[in-house]
Amino acid sequence: MDRPKVKKWQEPASIDAYPLGATCDSDHLVSINAGWRTFKPVIDHDKCVMCLRCFLVCPDGVIDKSGPQLEIDYDYCKGCGVCAHECKLKCITMVKEEK
Amino acid sequence: MKKFISGDDAVAEGVRLAKPHVISAYPITPQTITVERLSEMVEDGSLVSEYMHVESEHSAMACAIGVSSVGARAFTATSSQGLLYMSECLPYASGARLPIVMMNANRALATPWNIYGDQMDSMFLLNSGWIQVYVEDAQEALDMMIQAYRIAEDEAVMTPVMVNLDGFVLTHTYELVDIPLQEKVDAFLPPIATRDQVMSLDAPKSLCITAGNDFNQEFKMKQDRDMQSSTAVIEAVDKAFGDAFGRYYKGMMDAYRCEDAEVILVTVGSVTGTAKTVCNQLRDEGKKVGVLKLRYLRPFPTQGLCDVLKSTKAIGVIDKNISFGYEGTIFTNVNSALVTLKERPETLNFIGGLGGRDITKQDIRGVFDTLISKAAGNAEERIQYMNVRCAE
Repeated sequence: MDRPKVKKWQEPASIDAYPLGATCDSDHLVSINAGWRTFKPVIDHDKCVMCLRCFLVCPDGVIDKSGPQLEIDYDYCKGCGVCAHECKLKCITMVKEEK
Repeated sequence: MKKFISGDDAVAEGVRLAKPHVISAYPITPQTITVERLSEMVEDGSLVSEYMHVESEHSAMACAIGVSSVGARAFTATSSQGLLYMSECLPYASGARLPIVMMNANRALATPWNIYGDQMDSMFLLNSGWIQVYVEDAQEALDMMIQAYRIAEDEAVMTPVMVNLDGFVLTHTYELVDIPLQEKVDAFLPPIATRDQVMSLDAPKSLCITAGNDFNQEFKMKQDRDMQSSTAVIEAVDKAFGDAFGRYYKGMMDAYRCEDAEVILVTVGSVTGTAKTVCNQLRDEGKKVGVLKLRYLRPFPTQGLCDVLKSTKAIGVIDKNISFGYEGTIFTNVNSALVTLKERPETLNFIGGLGGRDITKQDIRGVFDTLISKAAGNAEERIQYMNVRCAE
């Protein structure tokens, strides 16, 4: 997966350490945002033909297509189920999260 | 080389020498000649720059922000309603720490509609996070275009600069102006350096980010801290300019015949020349008077101002603006600085020159007479209007 990953972030200890202007490095995620998910999408890679329909419709852009098969970034998937609903081959299943 | 040109022309000559990569501007009286000249210079090839014909002042500033955000040198110019129209963008430029330089031709604000000079427009934007400098003549206008870029782009400053010149009195008055050689300007003003706040293809940045109630205040504190300490850079750049070009403007402020003065008149902009002339006449008559020309209103030179004014008996402040419901804005700022003194001199506010009304030698003479009377212990109105054409 070549999506930006969460990095440990050090709070600036002094005013000096704050950025010059309202600017920061891109691809810099400091927190996970998936806590409200009840169901998570699971792809059946045997059925998936990589049509990329789920990739196109995912409102959070959490489906990664850089590898040999599609991969879902569960750090940011909010479990909306749009991908499963839209998949023509029904190869995405919404599975209940287990605590 | 000396040329007989207007203040607007002088600004354009200064900008040409500073070689901005992009000029984005919308014409407005009394700034128009400046942007016309610049577009002619770009057309005839004497200034290699991209001239963007924008549809409004808001877009002019938005373009300057975009240009500066990728590390290029940006220039824009405006006046009055145009300045207020672009005002939403000004804190973006200063908050993003983009070293944009803007010329503002000081002009009255509507309504009643008026195209002539006063300083209501820039006073509106003292809190925009921009450095504000006010010039006295066309030569200073040209020179400050060059200085402004060096100040704005200094690593310790990184703050946009608004160079203000009085509408018509400076923009449309012709003076003999010395135009420095390009080689000397190139030696004084290095090419713009790329700093951390600009976009980079190698290490992409997120620009104009959000900072909520958790981090916002520290960003603003940093911005203020750097603006406060920019006074040292302003002084150093002015001195270096004096060494290179033979014209030194005394940094944050110019105290004229103030050493032993009992009465000092504080001025901003073109009225300074008239005040100095009257000051000389009064000195010839043996009166101990002086003129303090405030060049910068942001950052505000609190300490320097107090050093000059501390042993004065009466201080007058000329304001070509009104903060409705209170007093002249410069008066407020001067008084606020003076409260840091143990013994505070008397201060009087003289509001006038609104909508382009002349402030004459007679007016200034009257101001000095009032101040001398105040210094002698007489009661005088604290806030006065100059040259009123009817009963108040």
